[in-house]
This record gives sequence, structure tokens and C-alpha cells, in this order.
Amino acid sequence: MSVEFCGLELAHPVINGSGTFDAIAAARVFGGELRGAFPFAAYVSKTITLEPREGNPPPRLWEAPAGLINSIGLPNKGLEGYIREDLPQLAALSTDAGAGDGGQARPVPLITNVMGSSAEELSRLVEACGRREEIAALELNVSCPNVKTGLDIGADPHQLEAVLRSVRGRTGKPLIVKLTPNAADVALCAQAAQEGGADAVSLINTLRATALAPRAGSGSSRPWLGGGTGGLSGPAIRAVALAQVAAVAARVSIPVVGMGGVQSALHARELMDVGARLVAVGTESFRDPAAGARIARGLQAARTG
Amino acid sequence: MQELGAYRVLRVADPDGPEPEPGQFAMLAAAERWGGGDGERPFLPRAFSVARAADGECHFLLEDVGPGTRRLCELRAGDGLWALAPLGRGFAAPTQGRRAILVGGGAGIAPLAILQDVLGAPATVLLGFRDQVRAQGAALLQGARVATDDGTVGHHGLVTELLAGELDRDAHAVVYACGPPAMLEGVRALCAQRSIPAQLALEAGMACGFGACFGCVVPRRGGGYVRVCLDGPVLDAAELERVEGAQIAEHAGRSEIGQPA
Repeated sequence: MSVEFCGLELAHPVINGSGTFDAIAAARVFGGELRGAFPFAAYVSKTITLEPREGNPPPRLWEAPAGLINSIGLPNKGLEGYIREDLPQLAALSTDAGAGDGGQARPVPLITNVMGSSAEELSRLVEACGRREEIAALELNVSCPNVKTGLDIGADPHQLEAVLRSVRGRTGKPLIVKLTPNAADVALCAQAAQEGGADAVSLINTLRATALAPRAGSGSSRPWLGGGTGGLSGPAIRAVALAQVAAVAARVSIPVVGMGGVQSALHARELMDVGARLVAVGTESFRDPAAGARIARGLQAARTG
Repeated sequence: MQELGAYRVLRVADPDGPEPEPGQFAMLAAAERWGGGDGERPFLPRAFSVARAADGECHFLLEDVGPGTRRLCELRAGDGLWALAPLGRGFAAPTQGRRAILVGGGAGIAPLAILQDVLGAPATVLLGFRDQVRAQGAALLQGARVATDDGTVGHHGLVTELLAGELDRDAHAVVYACGPPAMLEGVRALCAQRSIPAQLALEAGMACGFGACFGCVVPRRGGGYVRVCLDGPVLDAAELERVEGAQIAEHAGRSEIGQPA
């Protein structure tokens, strides 16, 4: 069931959503159980920024109807820390913890997700990561406000295309643009990414959401999350994901990574039916760390059965 | 399922599972009617300290404080349970001949039971509860001295008052504590004043339990955060500036995202 994606040969079409699976922590917790049985065919890192970030103050989680609102705030060691401390461990895991395809396990390519608040920041991140042979591809998190305009880079097609044009030349590695669903016309943004030189797009990111702190059984006016607002994920957003992935896949010719509330092989199949080349699993991995492998097996069984 | 006043002891057959250490926890979800039902909650699994492990069974202490714990309380013998365990870092054994003092509050007494089993040697056990119905939970441990907020059982007041008396009597001790944030902060402050080592089992809302979501962090002394699921749930009190409760204290339906306080 191997699948080609931006020149990479993957064992199956299921990968993880950025920030939903910490491979280094998982290796600590599950140890050898991951060897040869890594749940994803490629591993997407959490978002890396130029400078280290501690993330948002707690509380960071809220259980929503059929979903989760998170306000984690992209904690990470920064570019230098990532390359020095995390990348060697991830590279070892990627060769060691091969993704199963029923038969031979193969190495798990690393996709590094980066975010910058300007074209200059993104360029530095893309250039530095692009030089690392451990990294197979880059994913750009463009759900970040532009420091000058305050607008999410990814929500404005013109800005997105301009940013892509300025970072495109910094690496020959595949560039995947993680689109924000919090845009007026996501398909237009996808098209702009393609025009700017993106090799693929991935969607959907979380939907902006908030929750109020409960007070004596009812809501108050104070936000629950330490970060004020967060992002909604899980089955609650699956129907939105299906619509946006369909709209984007109909508009662009580059491969699409579809995600949003996928819990089963059926959900993955639906995203692929509307045009996704790969499917990413996110929140479901919180409920079941083996979800990616379970869904990949389900896809395989449906194909052969 | 065994009733213990306001609590229930959920006994899970786990003959082949790895032996949990005291202080480690499990993520639990009912195999049926989880991720559906009214309001589509519960959706995420819930974290519970292992209360006891013996004869191929793991025990967990439940209190019905929200949709997840309510659903687990409804389980009947033979029902399926999804469990991911054992997770996290547990309690470390006493050193330098220090005597162990176990301090628990509410459903937070759970990990102290397995700790008492493993320590073997007689440990001082001090438990605090809100009222008489909850104080029946003290039967989970042996030889506990009890304090209640309303004075219906044992000492009328806080369990930390009992702890202060114990430390006055003999300070060559190590304190193991689990309970609501305010109690843990009281224990931390008392022990810090007297330079007595303390290990605190923390509660935090968790989505995953294995380091993936970064949702369960608490501030670390000197800046930054630690993940309760990965670096805890048992943390050395010296690692914390103070124990903050805002994350879980005010709403039972939320607090039960972690182990109920």
C-alpha cells in the first residue's frame, strides 16, 4: 500500500498531524514497542520557531462536545535547540522505528514543521532545516499573525503567495503548506500556495475556539484557557475538514494532506475519496497512541478485502 | 466495583500487564459509550492513579464528579475497559533512614494505598476528607488518622494540621502526598519551611497521558513548564515554586479530566 508523496516513498498513507505525537516522549514511554511498528508512515514534528518558546500558561485543555480545544502555544526549543538536541534523536528513531506495511518495515521520513512571523524568519528556518539531510521535507505553519500586519499569513492569499515566493528558493526540499481553516476562502489560499511554489498543502488546522470558565454550574465571562482562545480538533470538525479538503483538492494540482477528526479507516478513506493523497491523524492519537497504525491497517484491509 | 462511601473501587483484571510502581497512573475509558452520548462527552480518556495492584488486578479509586467518572462508575462486572498503563514516574523509596509520612486528601489517597503496600514497613498515614461519607475512603489504607473539614470524623480541620504535629514530633521524615492542589501546597510549604523532603503526586487535565499533547504542564521552579504525565505525576516538591490549583480546582466536571481531586 506504499504511496508516493513529493518524491518520498511512504509505507502507507497515514501520517501524524503536527504537534499531536511527540516521538521522543513516545520512545521514552513505549520503548521498544515502537520499533518496526511506528504508527505513522512519515513523522511530522511539532512546530519549530526561531527562538525557544515555553508555550501558554495552563490551563491548556478543554474537552468540547466530540472534541478538544487546546491552547498549547507551540512550546519548542527553538531552531538551534531542535537541530542540536531533538534532530539526532528523531533521526535515530526514523531509521529504527520503521513503519510497518504488513511486511517489511521501512524508515519513517522526517517532516519538520516551522513557523515564522515574517518572510525573513520563515526563510531562515527553511534554509537551516533544508540543509539537514535528516529532514525529508518541510511543513510551513502559516497560522501565525504577521508581525507587521497582525493578519494570519495563511489567511490572506496575496500575503501567502508572497511569503512562499520568498522562501521557495531557500531549499530544494519539498515544502508543504499547512493551511489555516480560519480563512474566508481556503481553496483560494491553497491556490496561492501552489502559485508561490508549494509542493503540497495540508489541512485542516484547528478551528479557532474558546471556552468560558464554569462558575457554579454555568459559564462565566472569563476564558478558561490560559491562552484565552485555542483550537478545536477531533470528530467535532470532521465534516468541516471533509468540505475544505474537497474544495482544496478540486482547486490545486499539488498533493493534499487531509486531516480533521479522523478516527477510523472509513474517515481516512472519505478524505482520500475527495482528493487527499495522505491522511493525518491528530487528536485520535491522544485517545489511542496506536490509532495511526490501526487506521493504516484498516485502509490496507479494505483494499485487499 | 466496590463502594467505599462517596467512592468506588474499580477492579480491573490485568493478569499480563506490567506491574505498576506506586504513583504511576493509567488512562482509562469505557469500551462502550465513550465518545458518544449526551453532549458527546466523555471524549478523552481520564487519568487515574493506580490505587492497588495485586493478584493480576489493578484497582482505581473513582468519585463521580463529571461525565467521565460517572461513566466509569456505571461499569459492571464483565464490561470492557480501555486502559493505557502504567504511565509516568512514581514515588521514590525513602532514603537515609527517614520515616515515611503519607498524606492524602479526597480521591488523592489512591496512590498512597499502593505505596503503603510496597513500603511494607509501618508508615504514618494522614488523610483528609470533606465529610463523613468521603471519610469512609480511609478504609483503603491501614491505620490512617483522619481529618475532616466538617469535624464529623477524626480531627476537625485540615490534614496539614495533623502533618505539622507529626513533623514537630519527629522531623527525620519524608512526606509522600497526593490530594487537592490547596492541600499539596500546604504540604509543600510546611516541608519547605522545615527542609523536609516531599514527593507530591500532582493532578492535571490530560488529553493523552504519554507526552504528546503538552496539555498537562505545571510551572517549574526557575521558569518553564514540566509535563505532569511524563516528568510526573510525582514531582519532588523542590522542583515547584508552589502548587497551583487554578487549572482544576473550580469545576468538578473539568477536574475529572485528571484524577478527581
